[in-house]
Amino acid sequence: MSVETLDRIETKVFEKTKSLLDTEMHYCPGCGHGVAHRLIAEVIDEMNIVEDTIGVAPVGCSVFAYNYLGMDFSQAAHGRASAVATGIKRVLPEKYVFSYQGDGDLAAIGTGETIHTCNRGENILIIFINNGIYGMTGGQMAPTTLPNMKSTTSPFGRDTKSMGYPLKITELIAALPGTYYVTRQSVHKPLNVRRAKKAIQKGFEYQKLNKGTCFVEIVSNCPSNWKMTPVESNHWMDEHMLAFYPLGDIKVPNVKEA
Amino acid sequence: MAKVKGDIKIDIEKCKGCVICVEACPEDVIAMSNEVNQKGYLFAVKIEDGCTGCTNCALVCPDAVITVYREVKQKKEQIAVITNVTENITVSVDK
Amino acid sequence: MIKLMKGNEALAEAAIRVGADAYFGYPITPQSEILEYLSREAEQRTGMVVLQAESEVASINMVYGAAGTGKKVWTSSSSPGMSLMQEGISYIASAELPCLLVNVQRGGPGLGTIQPAQGDYFQTVKGGGHGDYKMIVLAPATVQEMSDFVKLSFELAFKYRNPVMILTDGALGQMMEKVELFEQQERTTEKLDWTTVGKPEDREHNIITSLHIEPEKMERINIHLQAKYKIIEKNEVRYEEIMCDDADYIITAFGLVARICTKAAELAREKGIKVGVFRPISLFPFPYEQIKLHANNIKGILDVEMNAGQMVEDVKLSVEGKVPVEFHGRMGGIVPTPDEILEALEKYIAGGKL
Repeated sequence: MSVETLDRIETKVFEKTKSLLDTEMHYCPGCGHGVAHRLIAEVIDEMNIVEDTIGVAPVGCSVFAYNYLGMDFSQAAHGRASAVATGIKRVLPEKYVFSYQGDGDLAAIGTGETIHTCNRGENILIIFINNGIYGMTGGQMAPTTLPNMKSTTSPFGRDTKSMGYPLKITELIAALPGTYYVTRQSVHKPLNVRRAKKAIQKGFEYQKLNKGTCFVEIVSNCPSNWKMTPVESNHWMDEHMLAFYPLGDIKVPNVKEA
Repeated sequence: MAKVKGDIKIDIEKCKGCVICVEACPEDVIAMSNEVNQKGYLFAVKIEDGCTGCTNCALVCPDAVITVYREVKQKKEQIAVITNVTENITVSVDK
Repeated sequence: MIKLMKGNEALAEAAIRVGADAYFGYPITPQSEILEYLSREAEQRTGMVVLQAESEVASINMVYGAAGTGKKVWTSSSSPGMSLMQEGISYIASAELPCLLVNVQRGGPGLGTIQPAQGDYFQTVKGGGHGDYKMIVLAPATVQEMSDFVKLSFELAFKYRNPVMILTDGALGQMMEKVELFEQQERTTEKLDWTTVGKPEDREHNIITSLHIEPEKMERINIHLQAKYKIIEKNEVRYEEIMCDDADYIITAFGLVARICTKAAELAREKGIKVGVFRPISLFPFPYEQIKLHANNIKGILDVEMNAGQMVEDVKLSVEGKVPVEFHGRMGGIVPTPDEILEALEKYIAGGKL
């Protein structure tokens, strides 16, 4: 009989979190929505706040977010997610409320709601997925489509002279006194995933302070409509999207206040 | 110092074959299969033993199909010593 | 307690007293007194959330979100603002969210006028938004009813999980009358099994949505909604009959116009013409059967509205061609007088049309 002082134990260090449901996601291979969904589920499970959280799903590819995330959910009309979230938060101020919106939803048809929700400083978390294109409707130009970037409605590239410029709405809303924490992240590389998760966690935690709106932009990809493989799309995003939409915190709370 | 030993399990039927995990793996232990799953996707498989359980592949996986394990060395905790005086044998009992 | 109050204020006061939890609105004449009154009174008295939104589009979507939690929520607007809310109303009806909507109508189309009108009957009753849906629609004729119908609306909204609309007009909203206010009720929230309030361990997550991508599911939802509307049609028809028992002619009118028509009927009776007034109170469900019952006993119907002739279509459907139905309407914010209504009636009778 041998007597050892050291043992090797195999422990699980990563598995799908409970609030990310088993339902298979309808997203295309390599789409960043899946990672963003998972991070939200992980944060909510780790904070143990499923019972106190209500999500608002947008119109767009992530309209079915409620099929994959296991908390109570309200599905909003196109662009109105932050108004719907406002309604919920105002009558249930003790709950955590977040909206999950794409670029067309949040920065085109819903720009008014986005800006006024942030300007009122609603104590909600807005998660903004920016992939520079309308995914669900098949690759039309978005408010965040880059100059010269091709889409089905800018087939020769976005001509800023006639089609206008990409809207950096995150910088715009960071300037509003109602926002408390505004950051831009991505989920295409392990380090970025870790950072994005921290940002989402802060967004939830800060809600308890009642200091204003938290806004987490996640620059993401759209392999199908960018017409690239998932890996290529992540490289393209690194090179082009992140050059225009640089990652990092845009507005951070005053530490003393927090 | 020896590398940490890890392992991954891939739910191949849920894998959509996006290849992002292959690129994220620092040890090059993941590759795409030659066959397809029920959905018709080439799926990710572990092809080498060098996995360190770093979780990078799972972090970037959009479909949460990868579970990661890591072997950790743990000092045994002695909870009793039984001594048989007549036969002069000592046995340690670990937790 | 009896008070002299403006219609808009009586309505706002009733919402405070019924224990409403939240109001989301946007100023528009002739109903801004509602938001103003609530801003002064509501939060400090009952804790009702009162929020001035950035637009009617935002208001109705705030209502959508808050109504999904099972709270008593409501909004109000006037015609152009109500047009902006139609998308949200369609979503609310589809997701079956109980709430109160108030339209203090003004003259249209377009930006129109701030004077009273009834041009939104079609929009309200026939569905101004997309898809097959119905709101329960109540049309008050007095400041008293402006107050009473608030209470009734919330009862019906929660009974059927359906939006309820109070369809009134700028004249009733602005005019002062005595009103007997009901007692202050406590703000309570019933625990409902479908609300989005946070998922406890022991139930599945609740989803408020109007999206059902599989056609079979969407059809099932539609069939369910239509079945609910049938039950509402059976249970919730409301109307008022004035001097109809011995009438040879009936004037049909809703809201404040019915009161003007009552005066016209009285003037007619002084002249020996036996006229009654039939006032639909619920515009959906419409009192088709009740109007039809009169068809065999009268010579004709004059429908009077402050529009180009909208409810008159439903009146015609009611009588199934058994009696002639004529129409007199004023538009653009003009309120008809009793004399002109009588004149119209006499003209139709003399002309052999009624």
